[in-house]
Amino acid sequence: MMPVADLPAVSTASATDAVDFDELLNRVHVIGRDVLAVHAADVDRLARFPVESIDAMKEARLLSAYVPVEYGGMGLNIVEMARICEALGQYCGSSAMIYAMHCIQVACVVHHAQESSYFRHYLRDLVTEQRLMASATTEIGTGGDLRSSVCAIEVNGDCFTLTKKAPVISYGEYSDDILVTCRRAPDAAASEQVHVMVKRGEYHAEPLSTWDTMGFRGTCSSGFTLTSHGATDQILPTPFNDILSQTMHPYSHIVWGALWTGIAADAVNQARAFVRAEARKTPGETPISAIRLAEVDLVLQEMRHNVYSLAREYHELLSNNAGESIHGFGFSIRTNNLKLSCSQRIVEIVGQALLICGIQGYRNDSKFSLSRHLRDSYGAALMVNNDRITKLNATMLLAHREGH
Amino acid sequence: MTDATATTDTTAVREVLAQHGRLTVDIQTLDEDFDLYGAGLTSLATVGIMLALEDRFEIEFPESMLSRSTFRSVSAIAEAVARLAG
Repeated sequence: MMPVADLPAVSTASATDAVDFDELLNRVHVIGRDVLAVHAADVDRLARFPVESIDAMKEARLLSAYVPVEYGGMGLNIVEMARICEALGQYCGSSAMIYAMHCIQVACVVHHAQESSYFRHYLRDLVTEQRLMASATTEIGTGGDLRSSVCAIEVNGDCFTLTKKAPVISYGEYSDDILVTCRRAPDAAASEQVHVMVKRGEYHAEPLSTWDTMGFRGTCSSGFTLTSHGATDQILPTPFNDILSQTMHPYSHIVWGALWTGIAADAVNQARAFVRAEARKTPGETPISAIRLAEVDLVLQEMRHNVYSLAREYHELLSNNAGESIHGFGFSIRTNNLKLSCSQRIVEIVGQALLICGIQGYRNDSKFSLSRHLRDSYGAALMVNNDRITKLNATMLLAHREGH
Repeated sequence: MTDATATTDTTAVREVLAQHGRLTVDIQTLDEDFDLYGAGLTSLATVGIMLALEDRFEIEFPESMLSRSTFRSVSAIAEAVARLAG
């Protein structure tokens, strides 16, 4: 598949010294075609970790793409990261989702922990070892609310112990390090949270549940009881509330939206190939399916535009160090709207592509099969449930006074 | 603004915070400049606080005042209310 052409112009100011972004993006497409796409069906069928994909990403140093150049990373910005996630999404949704989730964790450290010498060291290790980072935010007993924790870190001198019952830790069995949310002390309130990094060799993950789902099967998002210990240096020096609002929330919805756009774009590419084959049979006559293709292409363009519009806004806020604006309701509402919109459009687009490809798209054994795309697309509305997000927006809109 | 008004406002602000702040500690135990975000105040809870203040004092918060700093402490809220009511 060709790299998509109609993307908005991107400033590569942060990365000009380190990488030629267009060249990098081409390399990502090569990896996508030669590795991700080759194993995608098998990963999906067996609900197995896409080890080949992640190894290829490590080889291309993609796991440190967002790490600043001074630590040896590529120093890419959020707009460029979104484009990489979109490219990966065209070949294997699970691999792209794992990559996106890893990058969210990297961003938490890059944005909120560079003042700590421990984490400056960690960033260098992440670059040289291409360590894979996972996340344990949700917890049994909190009803999916990221802003409250049951478990608490217990500090003794310079050391800590922490046990968390996490209903979901995506690729938790395969990650090197996990960022875990917890209360800052056993006597702290549920909302007084810190973000702690636990490292492979210092944690034990006891399975609580399995991951046999409709889509994103390769993310292996099983539940675990996580028992860990480490040094207090591993606690991020910023309260989790700030990490969530300034980084985790906007960053997640941008990179997820981007990879969902990639999945949708691949479905449209398949529909295009199908329509072209139809058209060849009756030269001189535009097939009816071509009209549907024109319609779905428009929705895809809107979806993509939404992603990059918010990515650019976030990039500007980060560049101007506008923490207060990122905290503001306006930006939060727009971030949530991006998630709501993208998660609905991906289903719409893949559904339309399926109508175009017809029975060939419905079959599992056809080169036009859209089964995996369709099953993945329904996950988008459920990971951080859209109803919860709509309710948050409804509350924030009570206070928000302007159109922007 | 007289001292008397300031006192009234702080008492009313404390009442609103007790009802809508969803704080993790009793508001009456905190002094006027205590950082409410350190007492469990979330940005979502500030919506309820804002609406209650608007109703009680017949004021309207402009977008520019809906910042973290406006709701940071009892005294900061009382000051904002006084400015809008004045």
